Amino acid sequence: MKFGIVVFPGSNCDRDVAYVTRLLQQPTRMVWHEDTDISDLDVVIIPGGFSYGDYLRCGAIARFSPVMQQVIKHAEQGKFVLGICNGFQVLTEAGLLPGALIRNRDLHFICDRVSLKVVRTDLPWTQNYTQGEILTLPIAHGEGQFYADEDTIKQIEDNGQVLFRYHGENPNGSVNNIAGICNVKGNVIGMMPHPERASDPVLGSTDGLGLFKGIGARAKSD
Amino acid sequence: MSVLSSAPFSLEEIANEGLKPEEYEEIVRRLGRHPNKAELGMFGVMWSEHCCYKNSRPLLKQFPTTGSRILVGPGENAGVVDLGNGLQLAFKIESHNHPSAVEPFQGAATGVGGILRDIFTMGARPIALLNSLRFGSLEDAKTRRLFTGVVAGISHYGNCVGVPTVGGEVYFDPAYSGNPLVNVMALGLMETEEIVKSGAAGLGNPVLYVGSTTGRDGMGGASFASAELSDESEKDRPAVQVGDPFLEKSLIEACLEAFKTGAVVAAQDMGAAGITCSTSEMAAKGGVGIELDLNEIPVRETGMVPYEYLLSESQERMLFVAEKGREQELIDIFHRWGLHAVVAGKVINEPIVRILFQGRIAAEIPATALAENTPIYHRELLSEPPEYARKAWEWTSDRLPLCNASGIEIQGSFYTWNEILLTLLDTPTIASKRWVYRQYDHQVQNNTVMLPGGADAAVVRLRSQEQSAPSNSAVAATVDCNPRYVYLNPYEGAKAVVAEAARNLSCVGAEPLAVTDNLNFGSPEKPIGYWQLAEACRGLADACREFQTPVTGGNVSLYNETLDSYGNPQPIYPTPVVGMVGLIPDLTKICTQGWKNAGDIIYLLGSSLKSQITLGGSEYLATIHNTVAGLPPQVDFDLERQVQAVCRQGVSQGRINSAHDCAEGGIAIALAEACLSSNLGANITLTLNTQLRWDELLFGEGGARVLVSVSPEQQTQWESYLQQHLPSNWQKVGLVESDTFLRISTSDQLLIEVTIELMRDRYCNAIPRRLDV
Repeated sequence: MKFGIVVFPGSNCDRDVAYVTRLLQQPTRMVWHEDTDISDLDVVIIPGGFSYGDYLRCGAIARFSPVMQQVIKHAEQGKFVLGICNGFQVLTEAGLLPGALIRNRDLHFICDRVSLKVVRTDLPWTQNYTQGEILTLPIAHGEGQFYADEDTIKQIEDNGQVLFRYHGENPNGSVNNIAGICNVKGNVIGMMPHPERASDPVLGSTDGLGLFKGIGARAKSD
Repeated sequence: MSVLSSAPFSLEEIANEGLKPEEYEEIVRRLGRHPNKAELGMFGVMWSEHCCYKNSRPLLKQFPTTGSRILVGPGENAGVVDLGNGLQLAFKIESHNHPSAVEPFQGAATGVGGILRDIFTMGARPIALLNSLRFGSLEDAKTRRLFTGVVAGISHYGNCVGVPTVGGEVYFDPAYSGNPLVNVMALGLMETEEIVKSGAAGLGNPVLYVGSTTGRDGMGGASFASAELSDESEKDRPAVQVGDPFLEKSLIEACLEAFKTGAVVAAQDMGAAGITCSTSEMAAKGGVGIELDLNEIPVRETGMVPYEYLLSESQERMLFVAEKGREQELIDIFHRWGLHAVVAGKVINEPIVRILFQGRIAAEIPATALAENTPIYHRELLSEPPEYARKAWEWTSDRLPLCNASGIEIQGSFYTWNEILLTLLDTPTIASKRWVYRQYDHQVQNNTVMLPGGADAAVVRLRSQEQSAPSNSAVAATVDCNPRYVYLNPYEGAKAVVAEAARNLSCVGAEPLAVTDNLNFGSPEKPIGYWQLAEACRGLADACREFQTPVTGGNVSLYNETLDSYGNPQPIYPTPVVGMVGLIPDLTKICTQGWKNAGDIIYLLGSSLKSQITLGGSEYLATIHNTVAGLPPQVDFDLERQVQAVCRQGVSQGRINSAHDCAEGGIAIALAEACLSSNLGANITLTLNTQLRWDELLFGEGGARVLVSVSPEQQTQWESYLQQHLPSNWQKVGLVESDTFLRISTSDQLLIEVTIELMRDRYCNAIPRRLDV
C-alpha cells in the first residue's frame, strides 16, 4: 500500500507529487536514483523534471540508473508505475511504454492548461473519471510531442492503450492527439500533463486528483 | 606620475582591467608596492561598479533600510523579511544586461542562475522568479534575436532548475535597442533554522570550494559589465558565462542539506569576480583572513594561471567556511549529488586574502581593500535640470491636434477612439505577454496561486517543501518601472515606480513589505547620467519611506550605453526597476484583474482631476503621437496610500470581485484588460470633466487610479465605506455586461464601442505577429 517517488538528480516535481499523495494520506517515500531495493512499494511514480539534466536526450540517461532496473522488475511483476512528463519520457526510453517524446511542434517550451479527453476508465488509474470526460490539466514541457511509427501507433490504438487525448487544440503536435498511454497490461502509464498540479483546490483545480485517488484506492484493496 | 612610470604595467594594461590611473596609484598606496598581474586583476574586478558601487554608494545611503519586518538588510547576499508564523522570505533582484546584449541566451540564463544562488546561499529554498526585461523595437531584426534569445535563456534555466517564473514585465522602446535590460528577481523561503551569513569566522576553520569546476569562461565579467558596450563588445563573448541549470538544481539541494547539518559557518556564492569576490568578501565581513590554495580547485581545463583562476566566473560554484572536523560530512553530501567539494583553504588571523599557487604566494591583499574600503566617488550634481528635461517639461497637451468625441485628426488622417484603443492594445509594451510566459514553467512547486497575466501581481502560496500542511498565507511580488517617466523626471518618475509597485500588490490584496531595487542607468561619469541616477535615488528613497517599504538590497548596473560606430554614446532610459514583496495573510482573500460576474458594479478609485491626470510621458503620446515629452504624473502619497488601503481592505473583506490599476494607456486600457481577462463586457459612463481633453479622459495616466468591481448586494455598504475613506476620490463608472462589448461613453456621447474579440486579436497577436516575419 505504498507510494515511492523516484528522485533523480534534476527531478523537480518529486516533492509536488509527494505533497499530493501525502494529502491523500497515502504512505509515501522518496526513492533515490541509486536505490536498488524498492520491493516495499506498490506504486512507483517517476516525476517531472530534467533527470540528469536531460542531456543527450530526455530520459536517455535515467533509463540506465540503478533504480530504473528495479522499476522495470516492479512493472514486470504487474505492480503500478506512473510516469509524469519527464517520467513519461523515461518510461519510453526504458522500453516500458512504446513511442517517444520529441520536441514540441513549435519548438518552444509550453506551460499552459489544456483540455484532455479521458479515453479509458477501466483501469485503476482512471476509474474515478467517466468515459469521455473532459479534464483541464497543466502541461509544462519542451519535448512533449508523442511520436511513434505507423505500425506502433496502430498497435497502441488497436490495443486501446491510449488513456488521454488532447481535446480541442493539440498543443505540441502529438500523433493522434495522444497525451497519455499505458502498456498492454495497463499497470504502467505515462502522461505529459501534470495531474499533481491540479490536485489542490487552493490552486484552482482538482481535475488531476482522481488519478491519485483511483490508484490509491486500488492499491489499498489489493 | 612616478608611481605609474615605475609600474610593471602599461597604462593600457591597467585600463584593460577597468582601472583608472588614479585607482592604480591608490592600489600601490594600499599595498605599499606594485601589484602583480593577478592582484591587478583582483583589484580590477572588485573595484568595478558592479562589485563595489563606487559611484552609487553615496546615493544608496539615503534609502530606508530598517523596519519591524526586516531581518536582513543590504550587504548580505539577499534581503530577508519576517512574514510571521515562523516564515521568513529572502529576496533580491539582479541584472545581467551586458552579457545578454552580447549573448542573449546564456546571458539571461546565467542571470537566473546567479540570483538563485544569492537566495539559497542564505539557506532559503527558491520559490519564485520574476523578470523585468527591456528591448528595442520588435520591428528590428536584431531586437527580435535578443528578445527571443533572452526568453529562451530564462526558460531554459528557470524551467530546468525547478523554480517557477511567476511574473514580470517586458517593455519595448528604441532606447534599449543596443543595450537590452535583463533583471531577474528571486524569492526564497528560509529552510534552515538560522539565516546563513557570509562573514568568515573561526581561525583554522576549513574553507570549502563546492559545486562545479573552474574554467576560463566568464573571465572578467564584472569589469565587462561596468563598461559601455560598443561594436567591439562581441569580442567580449568569453566574458559571458555558460550556465548549467542541472548542476544548479543539484547545488540547491546539496547546499540546503549541508546547511541543515549545522556544520557550515558561512557561505558565499561565486558570482561576479568568482573566487576573488567570495574570498575577499567573506574575509572582510568576518574581520579575518582567508588563505586559499588554487592547486586544490577542481578545474575544467589545464594550464590556467592564477589570474585566470581568480577572475573566472564559471557558474554554479560556492565557497563555504566549515566547522573544523566536520568537513567530510559536508563533502559527502556534495558527492552524493555528483558535485565537487574540496577543502581549498582556511580561515587565518591576518585580515588578508592570501592566494597560493604551486607552493608560492600568488597574491596577498588586505581583504578590506578589495571588499569594504573600496574607492568611492562623490560626483557633483547639476545645479539645475539638464536641457533635455527642461525642454520636455515645456510640452503640454495644448500642442496636440484638437480632438472630439469621435476621435482625433493626426497629420491629415482621422482616427476614431476605437482605432486608437486597438492600436494601443497592439503595442508590444501593452499587449499580452503570453508568448513570453507560456515558455516559462510557472507552476512547478505547486504553489502558484495566480497565473501570469491574470492579476496585477504574482501570488505564491507559502509552503515548506518538507511538510504537507501548507500555511494559509501567501507572498505577492511584482517588478515595475515606467522608464519614460523616469527619463522625463527622474525624481517624480522614481516615486511613481514605487507607487505603482505598491498599487499592484494592493490590487491582489497584499500588504507591501519591502523592496529590492535594480538601478539600470547610463554612465555616472557624465553630468546628465549622474543627475538621473541621483534624482531617481532620491525619489526611490522618499517613496520607500512614504510607503514604509524599506530597501533590503539590490543591484546597480551603470554604463548602460551603446557606442555607435561613430563613438557617440546612446544612453538607455534611466530604469530603476523596483521589485516589491507583500504579504497575503489569508490566501482565500485575493483578487484578480478580470471581471467576475455580469451585473457587478464598476468603480474607479483615485483622482480624475486635471491636476492628477496627464498625457505627459504617456504610452498614448509615445505610440500615437510619436512624442516623448511632458511632465509625468506626480505621485500624491496621501491619495496613493488611501486608495491602496481601501483596495486591500476591500479584498480582505471579500467585497471586491476584481481590481486592476490604471497604468500605461490609462483607464481605457485598464478597462480593456479587465474585459480581456474575463471575457465579460463592460458598459462605462465617464463623467465629462470640462477641463480634460477627450484623449486625456481615455488614455491619460496618473491619479493613483484602480478599477474595482463589486456585486450589487455590496453596493450600499461599499459606497458608504468609500465615502468614509476616499471622500471625493471615487466614482461609480459602470457595469460588467454579459455581452462581449466594451462601451465607454459620457452622459450623452459614445466614445468607444469595440468587441472583446477584436481587442483580443490585437492584444494577443501583437508580439507573435511581429516575431513571425
